[in-house]
Amino acid sequence: MSKLAEKLIAGEFVVTAEVAPPKGVDLDGVLATAACFPPEVVAVNVTDNQGANMRMAPLVVAALLHQGGVEPVLQMTCRDRNRMALQSDLLGAAAFGIKNLLLLSGDHPRFGDHPHARGVFDLDSVQLLQAADRLTAGQDLAGRPLAGSPAFFGGAAVSPQAEPFELMFQKFRKKVEAGARFFQTQAVFCEAPLTRFMEQAAPLRVPVLLGVLLLKNARMARFVHEHVPGVRVPEHLIDRLDGAADPLEEGVRIARETVRLARRHCQGVHLMTLGCEDRISEILC
Amino acid sequence: MIISRQKDKEDLLRHLEGKHKVFLVGCGACATVCKSGGEEEVSQMQEWLVSTGREVTGSVVIDEACHIMRAGRDLRHNRSAVGEADALMVMTCGAGIQSISSHTEKRVIGALDSLFLGNVRRLGQYEEKCSLCGDCILNETAGICPVTNCAKGLLNGPCGGMEEGKCESDRDLDCAWMLIYERLSRQGRKGVFARVVPAKDWGHRHQPGRHKIR
Ligand code: SF4
Ligand code: SF4
Repeated sequence: MSKLAEKLIAGEFVVTAEVAPPKGVDLDGVLATAACFPPEVVAVNVTDNQGANMRMAPLVVAALLHQGGVEPVLQMTCRDRNRMALQSDLLGAAAFGIKNLLLLSGDHPRFGDHPHARGVFDLDSVQLLQAADRLTAGQDLAGRPLAGSPAFFGGAAVSPQAEPFELMFQKFRKKVEAGARFFQTQAVFCEAPLTRFMEQAAPLRVPVLLGVLLLKNARMARFVHEHVPGVRVPEHLIDRLDGAADPLEEGVRIARETVRLARRHCQGVHLMTLGCEDRISEILC
Repeated sequence: MIISRQKDKEDLLRHLEGKHKVFLVGCGACATVCKSGGEEEVSQMQEWLVSTGREVTGSVVIDEACHIMRAGRDLRHNRSAVGEADALMVMTCGAGIQSISSHTEKRVIGALDSLFLGNVRRLGQYEEKCSLCGDCILNETAGICPVTNCAKGLLNGPCGGMEEGKCESDRDLDCAWMLIYERLSRQGRKGVFARVVPAKDWGHRHQPGRHKIR
């Protein structure tokens, strides 16, 4: 069992963070970042061609992290591979000892750096969760038996603030039904929508790690508010960043408050610090 | 209906190089409704061909050019005009073009691009509606096709990119899943949200397809 799974099952409050594979073959940066996460960070997500921008295969980066003693959460999207490639990559991940997965639909190719690529989407995120679940049960999606099965701990994403709530929640429920064992959320900054979501989610009994995004300044906060689907940054936080002598310091303070919010409502946090990984200890204290 | 549009005249000229006598074929069905290959367009094409110094040996608008037997019959009725021609210019969808090419060894020049299977809102305004997936889910999606109308063809609900009912891929487009959700709600049923839809069977789309349906 992965450390992430163990701690979540034991009811401990867990912390995850994330790194992006390099655009190129130079791995120094990403490996150095991963190595300097404080010990509270249980596992590190490795993003998969995030924002539909082509980068090194996350499977390789996750395998290297694992070998270096950092527990990875391998992200996998449905955009670039059909069901055969996805399953074979999953089996490959298992061979490296990777257990944690975050299974996603993936961003549309249109806005990435290969806008003319054909999006595959042979499976959707719910079906990819089913596939991982099937593999864990010793079968592929076609029902054929496997010679040795992986032991995945499959997770999924959710946007607690997406509207309409009921539509988002129906999909969330399907993900649980399809085998999601934990969730990492899109960034949330206020309590009311989080409380609403967590109350409805409680009967499904699946751990939720609250997405905590480090806001570096008011401009970034405004951009996120306007352009990231399902994310709302309240005006008073933007004002705080605007008025702060040191906006990054203020952002760290806001992130720390959000972690406290998570401690009250969720089973952990997923930190998105975008290059400011050195501030993680402060955010957690 | 198959929505089609005429190719550029430039493009057609390239294919017409060295062909001086042309027989024209139109279609009485989709291409007529799309105004890309009906009586009117065939006669305009004839005028244009003549203006380029070519001779049109004859023309026919077949009821449904995709109907292989009917296309064969209509070509036989025009045997001499077809025989005289250096090439047949076919103003139909790709299925119609191949129905004609299966009846003649002569050079067949397709004059249209087939775009998609869709509906006509008004002339020139078309909406893509079906991707012919062979495994129709419309009964569970309140009659709105996610395979065709969702930018990712998702089957279990919206992606995280949906924002205020608009699609991640293009904020001017409605998210298909929002439309499905709203119509299902108005009908007071859960539809596709009542179950986890498993991976789609794309086996119906294997190429080349041979189908015998009775
Ligand atoms: S689900 Fe969509 S693509 Fe498939 S047959 Fe029905 S309408 Fe066509
Ligand atoms: S926003 Fe809606 S229509 Fe667009 S890709 Fe996502 S689910 Fe599909």
